[in-house]
Amino acid sequence: MVASVKHTLVALVEDKPGVLNRSASLFRRRGFNIESIAVGHSEIRGLSRMTIVVDGASTAVEQVEKQLYKLVDVVKVIDITEDRMVSRELALIKVSATAAQRSEIVQIADIFRARIVDVAPDSVMIEVTGDEAKLNSLLELLKDFGIKELVRTGRIAMVRGTSEAVPIDEESVQKIKRRRKKTKTEK
Amino acid sequence: MKLNGAHILCDGLVKEGVEIVFGFPGGKVIELFDTFAHYPQLRFVLVRHEQAAAHAADAYARVTGKVGCCVATSGPGATNLVTGIANAHLDSVPMVAVTGQVDRGSLGRDAFQEVDITGITLPITKHNYLVMKSDEMAEAVKEAFHIAGTGRPGPVLIDVPSDVWVEQSEYTYPEKIELPGYKHKLPVYPTQIKKALKAISEARRPIIVAGNGVIISNAHVQLKELAEKAQIPVVNTLLGLGCFPQDHVLYYGMTGMHGMAYANYALNEADLIVAIGMRFDDRVTSKLSTFAPRASVVHIDIDPAEIGKNVKANVAVVGDVKEVLTALNKDIETLSHGDWLKQIEQWKSDHPSHEIRDTDRLLPQYVVRCISDVSGGDAVIVTGVGQHQMWAAQFSVINKPRSFVSSGGLGTMGFSLPAAIGAQMGRPDETVWSIDGDGSFQMTLQELATIAQEKLPVKIAILNNGYLGMVRQWQEFFWDKRYVATPIASPDFVKIAEAYGIEAMRVTNKADVLPAIEKATNYDGPFLIDFRVEPEENVLPMVKLGSAISELIEQPKSEVSTW
Ligand SMILES: Cc1ncc(C[n+]2csc(CCOP(=O)(O)OP(=O)(O)O)c2C)c(N)n1
Repeated sequence: MVASVKHTLVALVEDKPGVLNRSASLFRRRGFNIESIAVGHSEIRGLSRMTIVVDGASTAVEQVEKQLYKLVDVVKVIDITEDRMVSRELALIKVSATAAQRSEIVQIADIFRARIVDVAPDSVMIEVTGDEAKLNSLLELLKDFGIKELVRTGRIAMVRGTSEAVPIDEESVQKIKRRRKKTKTEK
Repeated sequence: MKLNGAHILCDGLVKEGVEIVFGFPGGKVIELFDTFAHYPQLRFVLVRHEQAAAHAADAYARVTGKVGCCVATSGPGATNLVTGIANAHLDSVPMVAVTGQVDRGSLGRDAFQEVDITGITLPITKHNYLVMKSDEMAEAVKEAFHIAGTGRPGPVLIDVPSDVWVEQSEYTYPEKIELPGYKHKLPVYPTQIKKALKAISEARRPIIVAGNGVIISNAHVQLKELAEKAQIPVVNTLLGLGCFPQDHVLYYGMTGMHGMAYANYALNEADLIVAIGMRFDDRVTSKLSTFAPRASVVHIDIDPAEIGKNVKANVAVVGDVKEVLTALNKDIETLSHGDWLKQIEQWKSDHPSHEIRDTDRLLPQYVVRCISDVSGGDAVIVTGVGQHQMWAAQFSVINKPRSFVSSGGLGTMGFSLPAAIGAQMGRPDETVWSIDGDGSFQMTLQELATIAQEKLPVKIAILNNGYLGMVRQWQEFFWDKRYVATPIASPDFVKIAEAYGIEAMRVTNKADVLPAIEKATNYDGPFLIDFRVEPEENVLPMVKLGSAISELIEQPKSEVSTW
């Protein structure tokens, strides 16, 4: 099997206005080929976690890491591609479905442990989570019914096991806490 | 203590050691300017265009090693700074730019003179701030100066809505910086030092390429020690000029597109490049795939992202250049590379790129050499961009670091005159020569007014060739001499200077060059000389476009004298 060229990077960034903009601007300017970015809170207050999928065939992944590090708001960047990780995407899929086709679609959804979240006279909406390959297979099977609408989140990922995959030093955590406290008392 | 945003900024500037602020007023900074009146410690210099404020702050920072500071109003004031900020960014110059912004309530409504300057400067600053509350000001100022001046330096912008200037808040200047994501002090890894030492001791044809990083890190002493102990020849990038004594036996000039032929040959034949505080810019490497084909690379730089960006490093040593060189010097063996040095000497005598054509005509190279001779290599040389910049780099002797000020990364025409203002203010007791082109000079000549108003004794040499010479040279070499848009008419520069109250003269003969330069040097005040130089002189050597650095167009040898 060919080694995956898609790299999964995790970045912990300070929860500040503009930080997503800074990262996106950096990717665009340097011509980095980014497949997806997902951003949300992390376990540490004041820190957001970005999962970035980079096409390693067209982009120097090490440069992405190093350039990200240069952003002042970026606290930690790590490439977890080689780690044992769980990676997930979420998709909502609206499929054309006559009353007669519905049960077949429900069966397909069941196989993928997907859920029917809405039913209309001529369509159903399916919610599915899984890794990219699983979502792609489901879409492939649903294609013939007619996909009316599709939305997919970017990939989120976490390394298996007990150790933290994205270790962040205690000093940084304390700094973030103090910064947060300060902005709170100001408010 | 309660203070308003403007006072907090000014107090912060004073605490950060700022002495001079370059700038231009306007509606959204009027409160700030009013506050300057309370801070006589801050000398305010009024320029005639905000671009000049940024260039002056930039040059001030380069010649002093301190963080430069400039201020502009919102909208057009802020956008006028942009070229200067980009210039500082590409040359790693520490600078803090402060801009006014429309009041908070008007933000995002396309209010009068509103531009998203933090958005615009995102890719050309090291970091930037939009200060939305006056109680965020102190921290922003403290962090801005810290970020600008540490690690790989760069410009930081602080944008301030006008109502934040007058908003009061409790003020204490922060003692500590709490930036969890900013790690500028990277440890120097002993294993990497060992690897570098091994590579150096095994090399038979090593060469040091020393760049701006040596100057920024104040590591010229350590560089000399390394070169001498290990007997490694040294070449400079454009911005590295001055970081190694130019009369040293191991010094072989500037490398790159208009570098000395022997410096380029040496790089081409080297088996080891020790790259110190330089970033393998394309003006150094030319065609990457053919660059230094026989060399492995030890790359020393404070910015990890520079390692492997353009040229693969066999040994990467990330860290402050001075620390790294100190560590190397501790354990470096005494080496000798007699045959290799002899070889480079041979190239040097076969290809004397530093010689000037033998003629009675007024050559620009001759003007540069005379300026250098008269100052004994001790002047601060500030250039524009073009042929004159390259001649200034090739024919000036630069004795000390922080004494050759040039726009390297951005190549900004118009840099010289405003930069000379900053350089002179940073080094008030030294002679500052602006060596400029007739084209570059016309981009920012309004700054003669600033020079006159501030009574700065800047000496200005315009190498007036009647062309946008560097572009004309390319047209001559590569576009069949079709001189489209490169002949450039100029006003009478002597009269222009006089109109600004600045002493000036014109030189049209070779014989008058030296006396004119002496007169200007001894004159107590600013002085401009309009040198009418040979119009179609070319900068040589020149690496052929898209070729290896060893493929050079050179001066025909018959024309060269041993002047
Ligand atoms: C702001 C800007 N515009 C255009 C250029 C492109 N350019 C590079 S050198 C040059 C000619 C410079 O002419 P001049 O200042 O007269 O210097 P010379 O080359 O004649 O010495 C031009 C147009 C530039 N570097 N900067």
